[in-house]
Amino acid sequence: MAVEAAGRPRKKSGAASLQSWLWRRRWLSSALLLTPPLGWFLLIYIASLALLLVTAFWQINFFTTQIEQVWNLDNFRTIVSDPTYRIIIGRTVALAAVVTITDAVIAFPFAYYMARVASRRIQTLLFAAVLLPLWASYIARIYSWILILNHSGVLNWSLQSLNLPPADIGYTNVAMWIVFSYIWLPFMIIPTYAAMERLPESLMEAAADLGARRWRAVRDVVLPLALPGVVAGSIFTFSLTLGDYITPILVGGESSGWRSLGLGTGSTFIGNVVYSNVGIANNVPFAAALTMIPVAIMTLYLLGAKRLGAFEAL
Amino acid sequence: MAIHSREARHGASAKSALRPPALRLEGVRKSYGHVLAVAGVDLTVQEGEFFTLLGPSGSGKTTLLRLIAGFERPDAGTIELAGRDVTSTPPHLRQTNTVFQDYALFPHMTVADNIGYGLRIKGIPKAEREERVQTALSMVRLAGLDKRKPNQLSGGQRQRVALARAVVNEPEVLLLDEPLGALDLKLRQEMQLELKRIQQKVGITFVYVTHDQEEALTMSDRMAVMADGKIEQIGPPVEVYERPATEFVAGFIGISNVLERNGIRFVVRPEKLHMLEEGQEPRSGMTVESGIVEQVVYVGMSTRYIVRLDRGEQLVAVRQNMDAPGQALRYEGRRVRLAWVPGHTYVLDHQRARGESALSEHDTEER
Repeated sequence: MAVEAAGRPRKKSGAASLQSWLWRRRWLSSALLLTPPLGWFLLIYIASLALLLVTAFWQINFFTTQIEQVWNLDNFRTIVSDPTYRIIIGRTVALAAVVTITDAVIAFPFAYYMARVASRRIQTLLFAAVLLPLWASYIARIYSWILILNHSGVLNWSLQSLNLPPADIGYTNVAMWIVFSYIWLPFMIIPTYAAMERLPESLMEAAADLGARRWRAVRDVVLPLALPGVVAGSIFTFSLTLGDYITPILVGGESSGWRSLGLGTGSTFIGNVVYSNVGIANNVPFAAALTMIPVAIMTLYLLGAKRLGAFEAL
Repeated sequence: MAIHSREARHGASAKSALRPPALRLEGVRKSYGHVLAVAGVDLTVQEGEFFTLLGPSGSGKTTLLRLIAGFERPDAGTIELAGRDVTSTPPHLRQTNTVFQDYALFPHMTVADNIGYGLRIKGIPKAEREERVQTALSMVRLAGLDKRKPNQLSGGQRQRVALARAVVNEPEVLLLDEPLGALDLKLRQEMQLELKRIQQKVGITFVYVTHDQEEALTMSDRMAVMADGKIEQIGPPVEVYERPATEFVAGFIGISNVLERNGIRFVVRPEKLHMLEEGQEPRSGMTVESGIVEQVVYVGMSTRYIVRLDRGEQLVAVRQNMDAPGQALRYEGRRVRLAWVPGHTYVLDHQRARGESALSEHDTEER
């Protein structure tokens, strides 16, 4: 052993020499490390997005329903000029905004309690409670809401037993608002919680020390410092609502009065139009063009979020 | 000296002996689970005093400070601020302000907003607030930096902002939790003098927590040495240093040379030891013991000689480096004699040893 060890420095083993060869070429090891994720990203993600963009400038032959690779702006022209699409886009953005605000309002106190008040044990339990729904199927969770909200559902049944008139909010915009808010809530809670968790306790103590009651300290210190976390969460809630088509199909419907949430009687959202154009109408170029709308909105949204420091909070 | 600005705030009334102390703690205890952090502390701090809580980490000094600020509630005992019992008053209603160890500046607010935060909450009108913020800024020598954010400041500057933010509220007692701990030595020494200057200028009572004995000796009017949640000794720096009440105090402040002769344990400070070379005679009345220099530690301004006495104990002697450079090192391994004046040694009195008894004795001395 001792003899071997003594002889070692002169005669390098194969593995050691390979290691030092790699060590002298740092770029090579980073390149090897980055190739798989970068390849995946370029091929699957960027390429398909680029293809989508390109397709948006093509058109469909209505007789053969074949895609014609003729460059034109007709799809975009239709979206801009046809008031139906403008209404649909406006309705979708408005719903996404309402859902985002709702989630922020619910998530803030919840995350505050989790991060700054609850004991370690309660914190773990709440964390599990927040994440647990994400492990269940999205469709199953929507259906469970249908069971709650529809005409003979749990909600109306409960109201009835209290001698109250039925709410009848199943298959309306209100139902969509509730279901979206519920489904995306964890995506708002987690970044908000993370932003609050990071605040040193001494900041709250300093505020109290300088005379601030608890709510005042929350308003002056926690709220502004956790805001990037809320904005980060809103990226999820807003974009996910903007692009979803399953929830409108399952729980949406013609709604009137307060049940329309002020979004008009229609129940069509960007996602539905895209879905029907891909499936039923088989007009993929138009669907691609319509998809560019949420992409463009989200690009603007992300630029705004970046200015508010949301990416440092993620 | 420091009192007039304080009196100006309290009207013209002269400082009378009947005026309650700025801070009084009685039998304060606090434990976390099974750990007793503060084990019964009695303490009185006079108005305008610079009072230091000195102790190693885990001695309970920070917990004590947090109890005074109201961030923690004591399990037993009472806390009085200027004669009012505040034991169950929440921190936002206490007339104390804290300079935190990590400064705890609000990162999203400017320097001026940080300093003015306490005044804003009190509802001080904007014009007066701005004026007071500017005064506080120039007091800590940061005039002109009011628009900066904390992350655009150096560590020393942040420290000053934290101080200004607390002082501007003119608290009954200002609490400082190792405020200089994160600064480098040079800046720390500068800030020590600065803090003392500011304290004398505003005349606010300071309660200062530190583990740095030099800091405590430099700045305090009086200091309390803490260990295991209890106060070992309270007194002015000179008294605590020259007449340590317990072996712990002797060891924690300065280098402890504890000897036992004829059944009496006593402390000789390193700077009181004369190191005699061969042929040198001690002055009359000095006690002399011989030994061997085991180690020579060069510390720049002075040199420490670690001497093993023939009777077995180890003593540390300190000498200024007045000789030619490098001369000190040649002492290693030499036989020397150590001499000291018996009057410069202090007997460790076990009756005065533990917290409360030492305290009550000193308190009576105060009055």
